[in-house]
Amino acid sequence: MLDNLQENGLGAIEHNFVTGKLEDLVNWSRARSSWPATFGLACCAIEMMATGGSHYDLARLGMEVFRASPRQADVMIVAGRVSQKMSPVLRQIYDQMMEPKWVISMGVCASSGGMFNNYAIVQGVDQIVPVDIYAPGCPPGPETLLHAIHTLHEKIESGELMNRKAGTGAGIVVEQRDGQGESHLISLGRK
Amino acid sequence: MGYLEGFGVTFRKWGEGVTTKQYRAGKAKDGEAPAETDQKRPKPPRAHGRHVLNRYEDGMEKCIGCELCAGVCPAKCIYVRGAENPPEDPKSPGERFGFIYEINYLRCIHCDLCVEACPTEAITETKLFEFSFTNRDDAIYTKDELLVGEDGRPQFLPWEDWRPGEDQFTSGWMRATAPGGRADYENRVAWSGELGYGVRAPEAGQAHEDPEPVEDSHGDDHDDHGGHH
Repeated sequence: MLDNLQENGLGAIEHNFVTGKLEDLVNWSRARSSWPATFGLACCAIEMMATGGSHYDLARLGMEVFRASPRQADVMIVAGRVSQKMSPVLRQIYDQMMEPKWVISMGVCASSGGMFNNYAIVQGVDQIVPVDIYAPGCPPGPETLLHAIHTLHEKIESGELMNRKAGTGAGIVVEQRDGQGESHLISLGRK
Repeated sequence: MGYLEGFGVTFRKWGEGVTTKQYRAGKAKDGEAPAETDQKRPKPPRAHGRHVLNRYEDGMEKCIGCELCAGVCPAKCIYVRGAENPPEDPKSPGERFGFIYEINYLRCIHCDLCVEACPTEAITETKLFEFSFTNRDDAIYTKDELLVGEDGRPQFLPWEDWRPGEDQFTSGWMRATAPGGRADYENRVAWSGELGYGVRAPEAGQAHEDPEPVEDSHGDDHDDHGGHH
Protein backbone atom coordinates (compact mmCIF):
# COMPACT_ATOMS: atom_id res chain seq x y z
CA MET A 1 0.00 0.00 0.00
CA LEU A 2 2.85 2.36 0.79
CA ASP A 3 4.39 1.91 -2.63
CA ASN A 4 1.05 2.60 -4.18
CA LEU A 5 0.76 5.75 -2.07
CA GLN A 6 4.10 7.01 -3.26
CA GLU A 7 3.12 6.50 -6.85
CA ASN A 8 -0.46 7.69 -6.87
CA GLY A 9 -0.74 9.95 -3.85
CA LEU A 10 -3.98 10.06 -1.94
CA GLY A 11 -5.83 8.56 -4.88
CA ALA A 12 -4.33 5.21 -3.93
CA ILE A 13 -6.17 5.01 -0.63
CA GLU A 14 -8.75 2.28 -0.74
CA HIS A 15 -11.82 2.44 1.38
CA ASN A 16 -11.94 0.73 4.71
CA PHE A 17 -13.79 1.43 7.95
CA VAL A 18 -11.40 4.24 8.89
CA THR A 19 -11.55 6.12 5.63
CA GLY A 20 -15.30 5.69 5.44
CA LYS A 21 -15.75 7.63 8.68
CA LEU A 22 -13.03 10.06 7.61
CA GLU A 23 -14.97 10.74 4.47
CA ASP A 24 -18.09 11.48 6.49
CA LEU A 25 -16.15 13.87 8.67
CA VAL A 26 -14.50 15.67 5.78
CA ASN A 27 -17.77 16.00 3.88
CA TRP A 28 -19.47 17.24 7.04
CA SER A 29 -16.91 19.96 7.52
CA ARG A 30 -16.81 20.89 3.85
CA ALA A 31 -20.56 21.34 3.74
CA ARG A 32 -20.54 23.57 6.80
CA SER A 33 -17.87 26.04 5.75
CA SER A 34 -18.01 26.34 2.01
CA TRP A 35 -16.90 29.88 1.38
CA PRO A 36 -18.18 31.46 -1.79
CA ALA A 37 -16.06 33.36 -4.26
CA THR A 38 -17.51 36.68 -5.30
CA PHE A 39 -18.63 36.42 -8.86
CA GLY A 40 -21.52 38.82 -9.07
CA LEU A 41 -21.90 39.89 -12.68
CA ALA A 42 -25.33 41.45 -12.90
CA CYS A 43 -28.64 41.85 -11.12
CA CYS A 44 -28.44 38.35 -9.60
CA ALA A 45 -25.61 39.68 -7.46
CA ILE A 46 -28.09 41.98 -5.71
CA GLU A 47 -30.12 38.95 -4.69
CA MET A 48 -26.92 37.21 -3.65
CA MET A 49 -26.16 40.17 -1.39
CA ALA A 50 -29.68 40.00 -0.01
CA THR A 51 -29.09 36.36 0.81
CA GLY A 52 -26.08 37.41 2.84
CA GLY A 53 -28.15 40.01 4.68
CA SER A 54 -29.80 39.55 8.02
CA HIS A 55 -33.19 38.39 6.71
CA TYR A 56 -31.75 35.25 5.17
CA ASP A 57 -28.32 35.20 6.77
CA LEU A 58 -25.84 33.03 4.92
CA ALA A 59 -23.74 33.01 8.09
CA ARG A 60 -25.94 30.31 9.59
CA LEU A 61 -24.66 28.05 6.79
CA GLY A 62 -21.05 29.05 7.39
CA MET A 63 -21.00 30.89 4.06
CA GLU A 64 -20.94 34.54 5.05
CA VAL A 65 -17.36 35.23 3.97
CA PHE A 66 -17.44 36.06 0.29
CA ARG A 67 -13.80 35.71 -0.59
CA ALA A 68 -12.26 38.05 -3.08
CA SER A 69 -9.32 35.68 -3.42
CA PRO A 70 -10.14 32.47 -5.30
CA ARG A 71 -7.50 30.65 -3.26
CA GLN A 72 -9.70 30.85 -0.20
CA ALA A 73 -13.01 30.08 -1.86
CA ASP A 74 -14.77 26.74 -2.22
CA VAL A 75 -17.95 27.62 -4.07
CA MET A 76 -18.23 29.92 -7.03
CA ILE A 77 -21.69 31.43 -7.31
CA VAL A 78 -21.86 32.70 -10.88
CA ALA A 79 -24.50 35.38 -10.43
CA GLY A 80 -25.43 37.05 -13.66
CA ARG A 81 -24.89 36.95 -17.36
CA VAL A 82 -21.43 35.96 -18.55
CA SER A 83 -20.32 37.82 -21.62
CA GLN A 84 -17.89 36.29 -24.06
CA LYS A 85 -15.23 38.71 -22.85
CA MET A 86 -15.80 37.71 -19.24
CA SER A 87 -15.61 33.98 -19.88
CA PRO A 88 -11.79 33.62 -19.80
CA VAL A 89 -11.74 35.63 -16.57
CA LEU A 90 -14.34 33.32 -15.08
CA ARG A 91 -12.42 30.27 -16.15
CA GLN A 92 -9.23 31.67 -14.64
CA ILE A 93 -10.92 32.37 -11.33
CA TYR A 94 -12.25 28.82 -11.37
CA ASP A 95 -8.82 27.40 -12.16
CA GLN A 96 -7.27 29.39 -9.34
CA MET A 97 -9.69 28.00 -6.80
CA MET A 98 -8.36 25.10 -4.77
CA GLU A 99 -9.89 21.66 -4.99
CA PRO A 100 -12.45 20.74 -3.85
CA LYS A 101 -14.52 23.39 -5.60
CA TRP A 102 -18.11 23.68 -6.64
CA VAL A 103 -20.06 25.97 -8.93
CA ILE A 104 -23.60 27.24 -8.53
CA SER A 105 -25.02 28.75 -11.69
CA MET A 106 -27.35 31.39 -10.30
CA GLY A 107 -30.10 32.69 -12.53
CA VAL A 108 -31.18 31.89 -16.03
CA CYS A 109 -28.57 34.09 -17.70
CA ALA A 110 -25.70 32.17 -16.17
CA SER A 111 -27.46 28.85 -16.68
CA SER A 112 -28.41 29.17 -20.32
CA GLY A 113 -28.11 32.75 -21.48
CA GLY A 114 -31.70 33.40 -20.46
CA MET A 115 -33.42 35.99 -22.58
CA PHE A 116 -30.08 37.23 -23.93
CA ASN A 117 -29.85 34.80 -26.78
CA ASN A 118 -27.26 36.78 -28.73
CA TYR A 119 -23.62 36.83 -29.75
CA ALA A 120 -22.38 38.67 -26.69
CA ILE A 121 -23.55 36.35 -23.93
CA VAL A 122 -22.27 32.86 -23.19
CA GLN A 123 -25.22 30.53 -23.59
CA GLY A 124 -24.69 28.68 -20.36
CA VAL A 125 -21.75 28.96 -18.02
CA ASP A 126 -21.42 25.17 -18.00
CA GLN A 127 -19.72 25.50 -21.35
CA ILE A 128 -16.79 27.02 -19.45
CA VAL A 129 -16.82 25.47 -15.97
CA PRO A 130 -18.53 22.34 -14.62
CA VAL A 131 -21.70 23.44 -12.88
CA ASP A 132 -23.06 21.50 -9.91
CA ILE A 133 -26.35 23.27 -9.18
CA TYR A 134 -28.52 25.44 -11.39
CA ALA A 135 -30.79 27.98 -9.70
CA PRO A 136 -33.61 29.14 -12.00
CA GLY A 137 -35.29 32.51 -11.96
CA CYS A 138 -34.64 35.99 -13.25
CA PRO A 139 -33.26 36.73 -10.76
CA PRO A 140 -33.65 33.89 -8.29
CA GLY A 141 -34.91 35.13 -4.97
CA PRO A 142 -32.83 34.60 -1.86
CA GLU A 143 -34.89 31.55 -1.04
CA THR A 144 -34.22 30.06 -4.45
CA LEU A 145 -30.51 30.62 -3.95
CA LEU A 146 -30.76 29.11 -0.48
CA HIS A 147 -32.53 26.11 -1.99
CA ALA A 148 -29.66 25.76 -4.44
CA ILE A 149 -27.12 26.09 -1.64
CA HIS A 150 -28.88 23.44 0.43
CA THR A 151 -29.01 21.16 -2.58
CA LEU A 152 -25.29 21.73 -3.03
CA HIS A 153 -24.66 20.91 0.62
CA GLU A 154 -26.57 17.67 0.20
CA LYS A 155 -24.39 16.92 -2.76
CA ILE A 156 -21.19 17.73 -0.88
CA GLU A 157 -22.21 15.55 2.04
CA SER A 158 -23.01 12.60 -0.17
CA GLY A 159 -19.92 13.10 -2.31
CA GLU A 160 -16.76 11.07 -2.41
CA LEU A 161 -13.60 12.39 -0.92
CA MET A 162 -11.25 11.98 -3.84
CA ASN A 163 -13.46 11.92 -6.88
CA ARG A 164 -14.97 14.86 -8.66
CA LYS A 165 -18.04 14.66 -10.79
CA ALA A 166 -17.41 14.80 -14.49
CA GLY A 167 -18.89 17.94 -15.98
CA THR A 168 -21.28 17.55 -18.83
CA GLY A 169 -20.24 20.66 -20.73
CA ALA A 170 -23.90 21.32 -21.50
CA GLY A 171 -23.76 18.23 -23.70
CA ILE A 172 -21.78 20.12 -26.30
CA VAL A 173 -19.42 18.15 -28.47
CA VAL A 174 -16.96 20.01 -30.65
CA GLU A 175 -15.47 18.52 -33.75
CA GLN A 176 -11.79 19.34 -33.73
CA ARG A 177 -10.05 19.37 -37.07
CA ASP A 178 -6.39 20.04 -37.61
CA GLY A 179 -6.48 19.57 -41.35
CA GLN A 180 -3.96 16.76 -41.19
CA GLY A 181 -5.57 13.61 -39.97
CA GLU A 182 -9.09 12.63 -39.07
CA SER A 183 -11.22 14.98 -37.03
CA HIS A 184 -11.80 14.28 -33.36
CA LEU A 185 -14.98 14.76 -31.38
CA ILE A 186 -14.19 16.48 -28.10
CA SER A 187 -16.72 16.81 -25.32
CA LEU A 188 -16.47 20.09 -23.46
CA GLY A 189 -17.14 18.28 -20.22
CA ARG A 190 -14.40 17.66 -17.75
CA LYS A 191 -13.01 14.16 -17.79
CA MET B 1 -20.52 62.92 19.42
CA GLY B 2 -21.99 61.34 16.34
CA TYR B 3 -20.72 57.91 17.18
CA LEU B 4 -22.88 57.74 20.30
CA GLU B 5 -25.94 57.91 18.05
CA GLY B 6 -24.57 54.88 16.28
CA PHE B 7 -24.36 53.02 19.54
CA GLY B 8 -27.89 54.18 20.24
CA VAL B 9 -29.14 52.42 17.11
CA THR B 10 -27.50 49.23 18.32
CA PHE B 11 -29.10 49.40 21.71
CA ARG B 12 -32.52 50.31 20.32
CA LYS B 13 -32.44 47.29 18.02
CA TRP B 14 -31.44 45.02 20.87
CA GLY B 15 -34.93 44.21 22.03
CA GLU B 16 -36.56 43.90 18.63
CA GLY B 17 -35.88 40.24 18.17
CA VAL B 18 -34.39 38.35 15.25
CA THR B 19 -35.42 39.07 11.68
CA THR B 20 -33.76 36.01 10.21
CA LYS B 21 -36.01 33.37 8.74
CA GLN B 22 -34.37 30.01 9.19
CA TYR B 23 -35.15 28.85 5.68
CA ARG B 24 -33.48 25.50 4.99
CA ALA B 25 -35.37 24.25 1.93
CA GLY B 26 -36.87 21.44 3.97
CA LYS B 27 -33.41 19.89 4.26
CA ALA B 28 -32.50 20.46 7.89
CA LYS B 29 -29.35 18.68 8.90
CA ASP B 30 -28.78 16.93 12.21
CA GLY B 31 -28.10 19.25 15.08
CA GLU B 32 -29.68 22.29 13.48
CA ALA B 33 -32.77 24.13 14.60
CA PRO B 34 -36.01 22.11 14.46
CA ALA B 35 -38.01 21.81 11.30
CA GLU B 36 -40.87 24.07 12.41
CA THR B 37 -38.56 27.08 12.16
CA ASP B 38 -37.83 26.19 8.53
CA GLN B 39 -40.14 28.84 7.14
CA LYS B 40 -40.49 30.81 3.96
CA ARG B 41 -41.05 34.51 3.84
CA PRO B 42 -44.58 35.44 2.67
CA LYS B 43 -44.80 36.06 -1.05
CA PRO B 44 -46.04 39.35 -2.50
CA PRO B 45 -49.61 39.20 -3.86
CA ARG B 46 -48.57 39.06 -7.51
CA ALA B 47 -45.41 36.99 -7.20
CA HIS B 48 -44.67 34.88 -10.25
CA GLY B 49 -43.50 31.33 -9.78
CA ARG B 50 -43.47 28.13 -11.72
CA HIS B 51 -46.21 27.48 -14.24
CA VAL B 52 -49.08 25.04 -14.27
CA LEU B 53 -51.22 23.86 -17.14
CA ASN B 54 -54.83 23.95 -16.04
CA ARG B 55 -57.75 21.64 -16.67
CA TYR B 56 -61.51 22.07 -16.74
CA GLU B 57 -63.51 20.46 -13.98
CA ASP B 58 -64.28 17.45 -16.16
CA GLY B 59 -60.59 16.77 -16.60
CA MET B 60 -60.26 18.21 -20.11
CA GLU B 61 -57.12 20.21 -20.75
CA LYS B 62 -57.51 23.91 -21.30
CA CYS B 63 -54.56 24.19 -23.66
CA ILE B 64 -55.65 24.29 -27.28
CA GLY B 65 -52.16 24.32 -28.78
CA CYS B 66 -52.40 27.79 -30.32
CA GLU B 67 -48.71 28.53 -29.53
CA LEU B 68 -49.42 32.15 -28.61
CA CYS B 69 -47.47 31.68 -25.39
CA ALA B 70 -44.46 30.44 -27.32
CA GLY B 71 -44.76 33.38 -29.69
CA VAL B 72 -44.90 36.03 -26.98
CA CYS B 73 -42.18 34.54 -24.78
CA PRO B 74 -39.23 36.99 -24.76
CA ALA B 75 -36.79 34.32 -23.63
CA LYS B 76 -38.11 31.74 -26.12
CA CYS B 77 -38.33 29.16 -23.37
CA ILE B 78 -41.69 27.61 -24.33
CA TYR B 79 -42.03 24.93 -26.95
CA VAL B 80 -45.56 23.99 -27.93
CA ARG B 81 -46.92 21.89 -30.75
CA GLY B 82 -50.62 21.68 -31.40
CA ALA B 83 -52.41 18.74 -32.96
CA GLU B 84 -55.93 17.83 -33.99
CA ASN B 85 -57.94 16.35 -31.19
CA PRO B 86 -58.57 12.64 -31.70
CA PRO B 87 -62.37 12.45 -32.14
CA GLU B 88 -62.78 9.33 -30.05
CA ASP B 89 -60.66 10.56 -27.14
CA PRO B 90 -60.48 14.38 -27.16
CA LYS B 91 -57.95 15.96 -24.82
CA SER B 92 -59.43 19.46 -24.93
CA PRO B 93 -62.90 20.82 -25.75
CA GLY B 94 -61.76 22.57 -28.93
CA GLU B 95 -60.54 21.26 -32.23
CA ARG B 96 -56.92 21.15 -31.22
CA PHE B 97 -54.86 20.43 -28.16
CA GLY B 98 -51.24 20.95 -27.19
CA PHE B 99 -49.61 17.56 -27.53
CA ILE B 100 -46.14 18.84 -26.69
CA TYR B 101 -45.70 21.50 -24.04
CA GLU B 102 -42.27 22.19 -22.64
CA ILE B 103 -40.91 25.07 -20.58
CA ASN B 104 -37.20 25.44 -20.03
CA TYR B 105 -36.78 26.87 -16.54
CA LEU B 106 -33.19 27.74 -17.27
CA ARG B 107 -34.52 30.34 -19.69
CA CYS B 108 -37.87 31.36 -18.23
CA ILE B 109 -37.76 34.82 -16.66
CA HIS B 110 -41.25 34.55 -15.12
CA CYS B 111 -42.56 37.65 -16.88
CA ASP B 112 -46.07 36.16 -17.14
CA LEU B 113 -46.50 37.28 -20.74
CA CYS B 114 -47.52 33.72 -21.61
CA VAL B 115 -50.27 33.91 -19.00
CA GLU B 116 -51.51 37.16 -20.47
CA ALA B 117 -51.42 35.82 -23.99
CA CYS B 118 -53.25 32.58 -23.30
CA PRO B 119 -56.81 32.80 -24.67
CA THR B 120 -58.14 29.96 -22.53
CA GLU B 121 -56.16 30.65 -19.37
CA ALA B 122 -54.62 27.25 -19.74
CA ILE B 123 -51.23 28.35 -18.44
CA THR B 124 -51.02 30.24 -15.19
CA GLU B 125 -48.38 30.59 -12.54
CA THR B 126 -48.19 29.41 -9.00
CA LYS B 127 -46.07 31.19 -6.44
CA LEU B 128 -43.55 28.41 -6.02
CA PHE B 129 -40.09 29.84 -6.51
CA GLU B 130 -37.96 27.56 -4.36
CA PHE B 131 -36.47 25.02 -6.71
CA SER B 132 -33.07 24.23 -8.14
CA PHE B 133 -31.65 21.59 -10.42
CA THR B 134 -28.64 19.37 -10.41
CA ASN B 135 -28.73 18.84 -14.16
CA ARG B 136 -30.21 20.49 -17.20
CA ASP B 137 -32.69 17.74 -17.97
CA ASP B 138 -34.63 18.39 -14.78
CA ALA B 139 -34.99 22.03 -15.74
CA ILE B 140 -37.05 21.28 -18.85
CA TYR B 141 -40.58 20.72 -17.62
CA THR B 142 -42.65 18.63 -19.97
CA LYS B 143 -46.40 18.57 -20.21
CA ASP B 144 -46.60 15.65 -17.80
CA GLU B 145 -44.96 17.73 -15.11
CA LEU B 146 -46.75 21.01 -15.80
CA LEU B 147 -50.29 19.68 -16.06
CA VAL B 148 -52.28 19.76 -12.83
CA GLY B 149 -53.14 16.39 -11.39
CA GLU B 150 -56.50 14.68 -11.24
CA ASP B 151 -57.39 16.66 -8.13
CA GLY B 152 -56.69 19.97 -9.87
CA ARG B 153 -53.54 20.71 -7.92
CA PRO B 154 -50.03 21.27 -9.20
CA GLN B 155 -47.69 18.34 -9.15
CA PHE B 156 -44.97 18.33 -6.55
CA LEU B 157 -41.64 17.48 -8.11
CA PRO B 158 -38.75 16.17 -6.01
CA TRP B 159 -36.54 19.23 -6.57
CA GLU B 160 -39.24 21.70 -5.56
CA ASP B 161 -39.97 22.89 -2.04
CA TRP B 162 -43.75 22.93 -1.65
CA ARG B 163 -45.26 23.64 1.71
CA PRO B 164 -48.79 22.65 2.76
CA GLY B 165 -51.35 25.04 1.31
CA GLU B 166 -49.01 26.64 -1.18
CA ASP B 167 -50.71 25.00 -4.12
CA GLN B 168 -53.64 27.34 -3.44
CA PHE B 169 -51.79 30.50 -4.36
CA THR B 170 -51.74 31.88 -7.86
CA SER B 171 -50.50 35.14 -9.32
CA GLY B 172 -52.61 38.02 -10.61
CA TRP B 173 -51.86 39.76 -13.87
CA MET B 174 -52.84 42.55 -16.24
CA ARG B 175 -55.08 41.29 -18.97
CA ALA B 176 -53.91 41.88 -22.50
CA THR B 177 -57.48 41.87 -23.74
CA ALA B 178 -60.62 43.13 -22.08
CA PRO B 179 -62.49 40.28 -20.42
CA GLY B 180 -65.80 39.60 -22.09
CA GLY B 181 -65.01 42.19 -24.75
CA ARG B 182 -65.88 45.12 -22.50
CA ALA B 183 -63.61 48.00 -23.37
CA ASP B 184 -64.03 49.47 -19.89
CA TYR B 185 -61.72 46.85 -18.55
CA GLU B 186 -59.00 47.27 -21.10
CA ASN B 187 -55.52 47.68 -19.56
CA ARG B 188 -56.90 47.39 -16.06
CA VAL B 189 -55.60 44.88 -13.62
CA ALA B 190 -58.30 42.29 -13.69
CA TRP B 191 -58.01 39.43 -11.29
CA SER B 192 -57.90 36.15 -13.05
CA GLY B 193 -57.03 33.63 -10.42
CA GLU B 194 -57.14 30.41 -12.35
CA LEU B 195 -55.18 27.53 -10.99
CA GLY B 196 -56.03 23.93 -11.55
CA TYR B 197 -59.81 23.75 -11.47
CA GLY B 198 -61.78 26.92 -11.20
CA VAL B 199 -60.84 30.34 -9.93
CA ARG B 200 -59.10 31.25 -6.72
CA ALA B 201 -60.42 34.04 -4.56
CA PRO B 202 -58.14 37.07 -4.93
CA GLU B 203 -55.69 37.81 -2.20
CA ALA B 204 -55.11 41.29 -0.87
CA GLY B 205 -53.75 43.57 -3.55
CA GLN B 206 -54.54 41.27 -6.44
CA ALA B 207 -57.96 42.53 -7.45
CA HIS B 208 -58.33 45.93 -9.04
CA GLU B 209 -60.87 47.05 -6.49
CA ASP B 210 -60.25 45.18 -3.32
CA PRO B 211 -63.65 44.11 -2.01
CA GLU B 212 -62.40 43.29 1.46
CA PRO B 213 -58.91 43.72 2.78
CA VAL B 214 -57.72 40.26 3.63
CA GLU B 215 -56.04 40.09 7.03
CA ASP B 216 -53.33 37.58 6.34
CA SER B 217 -52.86 36.70 2.72
CA HIS B 218 -50.83 33.66 3.65
CA GLY B 219 -52.89 32.26 6.46
CA ASP B 220 -54.51 28.89 6.51
CA ASP B 221 -57.94 30.23 5.58
CA HIS B 222 -57.45 29.38 1.90
CA ASP B 223 -59.35 26.15 1.96
CA ASP B 224 -61.95 27.38 -0.54
CA HIS B 225 -60.30 25.14 -3.08
CA GLY B 226 -62.03 25.16 -6.42
CA GLY B 227 -64.70 27.61 -5.35
CA HIS B 228 -66.25 30.36 -7.52
CA HIS B 229 -66.82 28.23 -10.58
